[in-house]
Amino acid sequence: MFYREAGQFKTSYKADQALFPILQDRIGLAAILVIAFVVIPATANDFFLTSIMIPFLVFSLAAIGLNILTGYCGQLSLGTGAFMGVGAYAAYKLTTIFPDANVIVMVLLSGVFSAAIGAVFGLPSLRIKGLYLAVTTLAAQFFLEWCFIRIPWLYNYNASGAIEVPHREVFGIVASGAEATPLARYFIVLGITTLIAFLIANVLRGRIGRSWMMIRDMDIAAELMGIKPLQTKLMAFAVSSYICGVAGAMMVFFWLNAAEPSSYSIRLSFQILFMVILGGLGSLGGAFMGAAFIWILPVFLKFFPGLLGIELAAETVQHATYMIVGALIIFFLIVEPHGFARLWQIAKQKLRVWPFPY
Amino acid sequence: MLYDIFIDPFVQMYDMPDFFLQVLWEGFVAGILYALIALGFVLIFKASGVFNFAQGIMVVFAGLTLVGLHENGVPAFLALILTIGVMGILAYGVERVVMRPLVNQPDIILLMATIGLTYFLIGFGEFVFGGEPKQMITDELGLPNGSTAFEIGERGLVILQHIDIAAAVIAVVMVTALGIFFNKTRIGRALRAVADDHQAALSVGISLNQIWAIVWFAAGLVALATGIMWGARSDVSFALEIVAFKALPVLILGGFTSIPGAIVGGLIIGFGEKIGELYWGGLVGGGIESWLAYIIALIFLLFRPQGLFGERIIERI
Repeated sequence: MFYREAGQFKTSYKADQALFPILQDRIGLAAILVIAFVVIPATANDFFLTSIMIPFLVFSLAAIGLNILTGYCGQLSLGTGAFMGVGAYAAYKLTTIFPDANVIVMVLLSGVFSAAIGAVFGLPSLRIKGLYLAVTTLAAQFFLEWCFIRIPWLYNYNASGAIEVPHREVFGIVASGAEATPLARYFIVLGITTLIAFLIANVLRGRIGRSWMMIRDMDIAAELMGIKPLQTKLMAFAVSSYICGVAGAMMVFFWLNAAEPSSYSIRLSFQILFMVILGGLGSLGGAFMGAAFIWILPVFLKFFPGLLGIELAAETVQHATYMIVGALIIFFLIVEPHGFARLWQIAKQKLRVWPFPY
Repeated sequence: MLYDIFIDPFVQMYDMPDFFLQVLWEGFVAGILYALIALGFVLIFKASGVFNFAQGIMVVFAGLTLVGLHENGVPAFLALILTIGVMGILAYGVERVVMRPLVNQPDIILLMATIGLTYFLIGFGEFVFGGEPKQMITDELGLPNGSTAFEIGERGLVILQHIDIAAAVIAVVMVTALGIFFNKTRIGRALRAVADDHQAALSVGISLNQIWAIVWFAAGLVALATGIMWGARSDVSFALEIVAFKALPVLILGGFTSIPGAIVGGLIIGFGEKIGELYWGGLVGGGIESWLAYIIALIFLLFRPQGLFGERIIERI
């Protein structure tokens, strides 16, 4: 009834192969974009922008990056946090070496470095598969974390060992550094995330994306059908790490302002993996939904007792948050192992046939 | 530079045999403890094909429960028995609430469920017993402390901590007991049948649910023993979590399904890590212990992708 595509005829091949062939999808997407670009900036306060929307978008992008590797190419990775860290440190070095350059360009460039490092750590994936591959990416995680601590050149020999984002302006607007307004940061993060998400949506339905999915479904069969596993897997590692790197750079430049090696620890890797799994493996929309759930739930839990007027120690709340998040993860895996993306599909089907059950 | 890498460490090993032996002993003890954590993983993986990420946290949780109960005035041995009871309840609960509804799901979903369990146990443990590090109650449990020094050569001295010796002995006893349990008892045979083929085991009347609860309980007991030993060497806190990650390369190195593999893997990682850190770590600024284990495992994996003792992976189209 509400989501009926019957009667929407396509008269050309181009229209049939469009990214969003269904009218309702286009309307829905336009509504989301209007909300994101117009309604939220016009109405939201600084707290909402800085502690909910910006992290949500950054994590969504990282989840898209990991989803390419794990969801579309089937290579399990526990090193996302470190690849994000590579992006952050690369962006920091680039902005300090080229102080006059546009900081957004530098953030986008920093992904190239994490892509290169991701491809290097992707090399063993040709021989090592499945859960065994987890150890390779864990090696990347711990080795890179060690590099962030032990190579002082990376953080410009700061005494604190942390990287602090320098003050930079883009077209006369403060884009990074402590003085940047939340609104400016929000628009930059939103712009980059939207741009990359659209690019990736198109890559995934083309030749490259399909070859990734072939490798995921059965690599030997894919090889027999003429897919080169070396190039395909390394491409997946490189593209995934590029996106994670950009997300990591955005995380420090437009959200945290300063970062230390522990910001990119294994906990971050797990957090992103949760977003991908709960959102739904192999789904871009799922990456956004997973990020929203994993990021916003703890924020909500933090302020929920206060709303009810119950005074709890910060520690107790933190412990309870851990428990609830863990229990909810198990709950959602049991209820729907294919994630929120699948729930959304079921919901769409219900909307299509409503008010009838079938 | 080449001299520093290829010659100098060996010269040092030869010149100071007592130090080298001490390093070997440290590596041995660390290896035993890694192997114990990995053993818990192997037990569960063998019987249910679940990669139990929560094993490391179960170690901490068991140790924390023991110490926490003792702090609240429960006598040490009663606390030990109660902790075993808690691990039993945990095993039953995990089987009932997590494993049973998720049976037959893909590996990665089960892995994520155990990570969810990890978060839950961290929150629950800290919620009940508080987050600050605690001292393990070694004296009350009758574990030895103190140390023995052996003289090696003319001026060498190797110091062995009694608690480490106890750890090694307990590990050997536990592995032997598990071996007997697996090979000689009725339940052990049922466990192996389940590990071999779930459906065939079901069809001859073995209860999968019961077996899984038993395996999780056995893994809980291994976790408790490991928790006591790790706790005696450092404090009991969730910082031990990072140690639990070390069990992963151990496990992967040995192969997921092999108990001897877990032990050999643990020893290789333990020795490699300590020797690497003390003789080569200085060249790159130290602290390489954090990632060396993974690199060692990675190198072995490149030659044997299924681990040293793992079953050969046969792929069919």
